[in-house]
Amino acid sequence: MILKNPNNKTLALVKAIVFLLALIPLAKLGLHAYQEELGANPIEKITRTTGYWTLTFLLITLSVTPFRRLLGWSWLVRLRRTLGLFAFFYGSLHFLTYLVLDQFFDWDSIVKDIVKRPYITVGFPAFLLMIPLAVTSTDAMIRRLGGKCWRWLHRLVYLTAVGGVVHNWWLVKKDLTNPITFAVLLGFLLGFRLFSWLWSLRKQRISAHTAISP
Amino acid sequence: MKAKKNLVIRSSEITPKELFHARRKFMQLAGGVTLAALLPRAVWAGDKLTEVKKSAYTVPDELTPYKDVTHYNNFYEFGTGKEDPAANATHFKTRPWTITVEGEVKKPKVFDIDELLKMAPLEERIYRLRCVEAWSMVIPWIGFPLAELIKQVEPTGNAKYIEFISLHDPEQMPGQLSSVLEWPYHEGLRMDEAMHPLTFLTVGLYGEVLPNQNGAPIRVVVPWKYGFKSAKSIVRIRFVEKQPVTSWMQAGPGEYGFYSNVNPEVDHARWSQAKERRIGDFFKRKTLMFNGYADEVSQLYAGMDLQKNF
Repeated sequence: MILKNPNNKTLALVKAIVFLLALIPLAKLGLHAYQEELGANPIEKITRTTGYWTLTFLLITLSVTPFRRLLGWSWLVRLRRTLGLFAFFYGSLHFLTYLVLDQFFDWDSIVKDIVKRPYITVGFPAFLLMIPLAVTSTDAMIRRLGGKCWRWLHRLVYLTAVGGVVHNWWLVKKDLTNPITFAVLLGFLLGFRLFSWLWSLRKQRISAHTAISP
Repeated sequence: MKAKKNLVIRSSEITPKELFHARRKFMQLAGGVTLAALLPRAVWAGDKLTEVKKSAYTVPDELTPYKDVTHYNNFYEFGTGKEDPAANATHFKTRPWTITVEGEVKKPKVFDIDELLKMAPLEERIYRLRCVEAWSMVIPWIGFPLAELIKQVEPTGNAKYIEFISLHDPEQMPGQLSSVLEWPYHEGLRMDEAMHPLTFLTVGLYGEVLPNQNGAPIRVVVPWKYGFKSAKSIVRIRFVEKQPVTSWMQAGPGEYGFYSNVNPEVDHARWSQAKERRIGDFFKRKTLMFNGYADEVSQLYAGMDLQKNF
């Protein structure tokens, strides 16, 4: 079946499509900026849009493993790097919007924000934690670190995702619809991992038990 | 028992609910049309307001464009997005409209909106508006001092505070279907704040009748306080002895105080208030004490700890 086991050509096509789709939010933002349709407060609009897509790509990246396991589509993992890098890409745009457009390198205000504004206190390190993951995303780096070490390092993405969701939750004044949606989705994605980890522990125990008994 | 038997109504005699509502709607509509034909035409959003005199209460800042003033609004009754009010308030009905003035007053009264429009000469004032979210605008409002209305109803000695209640009508205000705030929206001022000549009962902007998304048909504007203190679409004004608890105080007591004066030195729990972005500007500017109205209003708060009374 093609969905279970696509050939290399199909996979390359899927990858290209995912890449183009992932650029749509940026293209839309650029188009609206060009048409001067970003509303009365363009900087706020850019900040919110890039932030929204950072979180969305983080969640999509985290949903690769559950879908792969549940559907048995092991090739999905080959999209994960692209998706993760797009999360980093939109995260960087989000951070740069804050640094350049919003604060215009006002370091004093930025430091105060990081120290005093809880949503920035969690958001800033959540972004920073993505940097080592992006840097070590190449095949060469995976080989250099070794699979086991690399996997451990890349579990940092859980902290980034939790930090991102909390950041979004804490900055909202009152209408929590959107932060709750992100939190629930992240809950499912992390819950799936916790559940499958506990499940594997149990299976290991049972097999260890049967191995010992005569 | 004969009487009991008569109580039973055959189902064929019951008017279907839809038909019942349709009839009511028709009658309301017919009534409305007749009434409209009999009465002189009321003013609607978008109509020009005439005989408006310029006021000395004007800041020299550049005006925020009309489109931004009317398409970037916090008016949660019509949704929490900034563009929601402009999109959802198009069919909002501002006539008939009455404002009930009650409580600690010698002459409580229900004012019709068109009567209020003629209560005092209309004037245009250019005020700064500073939102608690650290953005600001400059808007040419039209209205008259709230003090004019207060004088008419003669507050008693017990009237220490004034409370504004906005319209509660979830059918027209879709935002009220969500419990994001305590509806109806309620705000308040201390009596001396309400009587202050800067406190403006507002019925228009940019030379025309107040657009629906800006709080039609009548709102208050208190330029030295954060925008949410300026209650919109007011239907009730109550004079009370105790300090009222406002919608935003209920929503976040640690974040929104009763006074909510613009103050660059007192940060909001989530962001700094030291600077603001004027809509249309790239660089932020420093926020002024009392939004630049310190000369006029600082004596109202003499001796008060503004960190505590935020």
